[in-house]
Amino acid sequence: MSDAIPEIALCGVSKRFHSGAPVLEEITLSIAKGEFVSFLGPSGCGKSTLLRMIAGLTPVSAGEIAVNGITPANAREMMSFIFQDATLLPWRNVERNVGLGLELEWATRAVRTRKVAEMLALVGLSSVARLYPRQLSGGMKMRVSIARALATRPRILLMDEPFAALDEITRDRMNEELLRLQRQHGWTVVFVTHSVAEAVFLSSRIVLLAAHPGRVREVVTVDLQSSRTGETRTSEKFEDEVSRVAGILRGVHTA
Amino acid sequence: MKRHFVTAINAVVVFAGLILLWQLLVWVLRVPAYLLPAPGQVAQTIVVRFVPLVSSLSITVEAAAGGLAMSIVAGVAVALVFAQSPWVRRMLYPYTILLQTVPIIAVAPLILMWIGSGTWAVTVVAFIICLAPIIANTTQGLVSVERNLIDLFLMHKASRAQILFRLRLPHALPSLFVGMRISAGISVIGAITGELFAGSSRVGQGGLGYSILYASSQLQTAYLFALVIAATVLGFSFFFLVMFLEWYFLHHWHESTRVPGAE
Repeated sequence: MSDAIPEIALCGVSKRFHSGAPVLEEITLSIAKGEFVSFLGPSGCGKSTLLRMIAGLTPVSAGEIAVNGITPANAREMMSFIFQDATLLPWRNVERNVGLGLELEWATRAVRTRKVAEMLALVGLSSVARLYPRQLSGGMKMRVSIARALATRPRILLMDEPFAALDEITRDRMNEELLRLQRQHGWTVVFVTHSVAEAVFLSSRIVLLAAHPGRVREVVTVDLQSSRTGETRTSEKFEDEVSRVAGILRGVHTA
Repeated sequence: MKRHFVTAINAVVVFAGLILLWQLLVWVLRVPAYLLPAPGQVAQTIVVRFVPLVSSLSITVEAAAGGLAMSIVAGVAVALVFAQSPWVRRMLYPYTILLQTVPIIAVAPLILMWIGSGTWAVTVVAFIICLAPIIANTTQGLVSVERNLIDLFLMHKASRAQILFRLRLPHALPSLFVGMRISAGISVIGAITGELFAGSSRVGQGGLGYSILYASSQLQTAYLFALVIAATVLGFSFFFLVMFLEWYFLHHWHESTRVPGAE
């Protein structure tokens, strides 16, 4: 480990549920500031549980997690969690949903108004600020969810299969936007997915997990240039990377 | 819009048909008026005795509305306590069921014995009958919040109070309205049940329940019909008032109030 404190450090982290069945075993991993890391693996490998533990939402059974050197529960203001569904409050319009985190953190109205407007512009939703969640498409809802997560200026984004429910075209576009914003702001992102192509497109590193119990099988560094666009997906290099990772993942499955 | 119009027309036609059938039965079978007055007679009685009818109605409205309002305040308060922990819920919830299953008609005389007859006692009877649906539905709404939403609030270091007032309470609003709809209908039943035992609260005057007893003892069957109609209309009005409030507060975000095909 270098001298700098890693943004997220997991050391021998295990999790078992009350039934005693181990869910995750001996996970040791270090994520540097500004990295985009994906957890990829079959269902049941505990990738969502791992993410929730980094957020401090699920306690670890053994081992230790440090976020910027402190416990996850104490590091919450550095982090934002984005769930698989948009988790918008249906009784609040877009604007007030985006402002939720700021409101819970007692930001003044002026600050809230300014930041909400800024975030809505960032995700391209300024024109629907007054609409309610039920009037939005799935992609728009997810954008609101992301805007809400960004409004509190986190350094770390924890994303639990955020685009899994979207159609492929929307999903690809959201991936590109996410990557562009991440490059711009230098966030550290931990991203859970079960799509190899999505993981390859987004990540600098992919953590491949095996199931029953969940453990790290391999950490793959994605060999693609850091500036990726829609065209990257059609390149030969991208396809090679996808099949390389898919191959390793198949090995994980059969192992 | 057109569909609503057709529905309204249908309802009017069915209503007119029933009235006609009623009138025919009375004519053909020569039913004596003290058993079954003709619809015309009932209508006439409503006009002639409009003032006492409305005054009985207003007494019942007072008790039913008072009981309903009290049950909403108390029911939401109890539900907020229930929402605090599963432990509290398990300990106290059976009493809510007890409240719901106890026959109000058997308890009403007791309440009147304790409180004394009068509008206040009748209000308490209405309150008791209204309470359980409010508690049960609101509690359900408060505790059925998705895990992810709670986690979202926790990620922003939300306090217990913030989770309760910004998440659980608004989430429970549609359920509260379901409870209110049920209670609105039965509040009138509660008030009338109370009045059956309470007797006259003002000199020579009582609510619908009291007047029903009085009219039946005097074989004033047409007036009895008028009172039953008034009671039914009252229950309906309460129900629709709650429906309107539900629409007013929820229509912009909640599915339950959406008109199919709109938007």
